Amino acid sequence: MRPGRRVFLRVAGSAAVASAAAVALGCAASGIRRRRLGMAIDVRKCVAADGCRSCIDACHRAHNVPAIPDVRHEVKWIWKEPFERALAVEDADTITAALRGRSVTVFCNHCDNPPCVRVCPTQATWARDDGVVTVDAHRCIGCRYCVAACPYGSRSFNWVDPQPFVPSPLSPYPARTRGVVEKCNLCEERLAVGQLPACVEACPEHAMVFGDLRDPASDIRRLLAERYAIRRRPELGTRPQVYYVI
Amino acid sequence: MRDRGWILGAFAVVLVLVTWPAWRAVASAPPRRPDLPRPAGATACVAPVEFMRASHMTLLVQWRDRVVRDGVRTYVDSDGRVVTMSLSGTCIGACHTDKTKFCDRCHDYAGVTPTCWNCHVVPPAVTVAGGVR
Repeated sequence: MRPGRRVFLRVAGSAAVASAAAVALGCAASGIRRRRLGMAIDVRKCVAADGCRSCIDACHRAHNVPAIPDVRHEVKWIWKEPFERALAVEDADTITAALRGRSVTVFCNHCDNPPCVRVCPTQATWARDDGVVTVDAHRCIGCRYCVAACPYGSRSFNWVDPQPFVPSPLSPYPARTRGVVEKCNLCEERLAVGQLPACVEACPEHAMVFGDLRDPASDIRRLLAERYAIRRRPELGTRPQVYYVI
Repeated sequence: MRDRGWILGAFAVVLVLVTWPAWRAVASAPPRRPDLPRPAGATACVAPVEFMRASHMTLLVQWRDRVVRDGVRTYVDSDGRVVTMSLSGTCIGACHTDKTKFCDRCHDYAGVTPTCWNCHVVPPAVTVAGGVR
């Protein structure tokens, strides 16, 4: 006897329910909890040391970022931006009045909804499970869609061969070639060996706090719970994960 | 058909000229295999020599994808040793310390120019602990 349609649907339905339940139980039992890495910058501590370049120098040295004098070809992972341009928030005018005219440190926001990842035609840039948005230079074809998509200007394209402009001594991190895009990778190569990001480590004011945003006991979550923080252009819906404590 | 001799003669001359490099290669001694000194202190590579000779590029591409895309940085080789997957850190940094006497010699012999070193520049002192790729 051939099983009828009802029997087939019943068997298929119970199989689907059973497999979904097994997956759910498996996840709950194994206690998998993904990290969500992010950064908080205490803007008041940072501007207190105006003119300081410790984080920039440490980052650019660690990643062999070239120092190209021609601004049209400039490559940067982390830099300073006037407060008004970086963090103009209309309804926070009264709160941020003291910070006007100062400069803040900016870099890739490692967005939860990264537009650069959405437009990349080769998936050379992607968001890792822990939220780090990173670039695979092997796969980058240099189309620069991501440069256009990023509303924060966090990405640099190598218009010229960067290597003659890399200050010596070289660090062990791979350099780049002409024709690829690069940006802050939240020091994923340092995180992998248990080190903090280079900028965090270098900051003399301890103004940069790095940590797991999903862990309520982490330093970054404690800081964000205590102080008022803003993000860069939240109205765009990119959900940046770099917080500016003001 | 008075020109048959000329035509055939010219044809033979062209044939000899075109195939000249092949004749010369057959007549001369076979090219000497590159002299690849064994790295001091190392007993074995991460895979048998025959495999590495033919397919090291495949292995390196697999390493690249594991490290860059999956975030996995260690590799267990056929002898059970755990190594860090890194071209400039492990292969060159810890074993074949002089790239010019190993990688370059063989690549020159084979007439290939891999683009790996366009970015994976080998700094004078390479440390694996620094998180090299």
